[in-house]
Amino acid sequence: MSTYRFCVSVMPKPGILDPQGRAVEGSLPHLGVDSVHEVRVGRRVELSVDGASEGAARAVVERLADELFANPLIESWSVEAMARPALEAAR
Amino acid sequence: MKVGVVVFPGSNCDRDAIHAARLAGAQAEPLWHEDPDLHGADAVILPGGFAYGDYLRAGALARFSPIMGSVREHAERGGLVLGICNGFQVLAEAGLVPGALLRNASLRFEHRWVRLTVTRRDTAFTSAIPPDVTLLMPVAHGEGCYTSPDDKLDALEARGGVLFRYVGPEGNPNGSARDVAGVLSERENVCGLMPHPERASERLLGSDDGLLLLRSLVTSAGQRLAAA
Repeated sequence: MSTYRFCVSVMPKPGILDPQGRAVEGSLPHLGVDSVHEVRVGRRVELSVDGASEGAARAVVERLADELFANPLIESWSVEAMARPALEAAR
Repeated sequence: MKVGVVVFPGSNCDRDAIHAARLAGAQAEPLWHEDPDLHGADAVILPGGFAYGDYLRAGALARFSPIMGSVREHAERGGLVLGICNGFQVLAEAGLVPGALLRNASLRFEHRWVRLTVTRRDTAFTSAIPPDVTLLMPVAHGEGCYTSPDDKLDALEARGGVLFRYVGPEGNPNGSARDVAGVLSERENVCGLMPHPERASERLLGSDDGLLLLRSLVTSAGQRLAAA
């Protein structure tokens, strides 16, 4: 059994209203920035999973992403493996 | 006829819902979310509030509370379920009613009186509402912007699943698609709405229009009980 660390990115689907992204974009003129557009704001979840293999651990993360971290009707998600040096050192 | 009002950690309209259900003629009791037993409730209300602090997404964590398995079974047996505000968000996350509730288009917490048109009177939630009456009720939410893909909205409207819409000068408080304020499940025994009928259940509160909805629920559940 090993421990694997992942990050899950959750983003509003294209075409779904993203009021946070719109508000961020609307504030940019206050920073004197006029070259930025199409701002979308999402969520990032990092987690460690015990598993027999990276594939088995990833399958757990994908299930959580689909059932909990994202609402598939309005959000899409992607999973990435991460290194865990800081956490190893802390144990 | 007994109404069970689910209490999640962070629910804050549970006592109001119990009070209003009693005014509507029901026995009403709280149901703690960790206890999967519905204690003989004939109808279930998921009340307003901020279950689990609205963390992740409103309703996303409450959906997995132990009682929700029993609420789902109750709904699958044809039992009546009403979700109010945060309760609507929980029902949507659980897939018991269609659609999802996004952050209000204004990005603000909207708390004000709204007016609702009732599209049908032949449902368990609207049978006691007189024809041509619109309902004055308050909303108080940050995530009430109803959304669903266009084809699903078309299908929802076509089957009469949009039960309440925002109308009149009070307007649509949250940017909700097609002014949707409340929807019905496909089997028409589960209803979710953002406005608060329990906060409009006595004249003293500014309106008792919400009592018409709760009376419909209580009467319908009583009739089903008598027929069973």
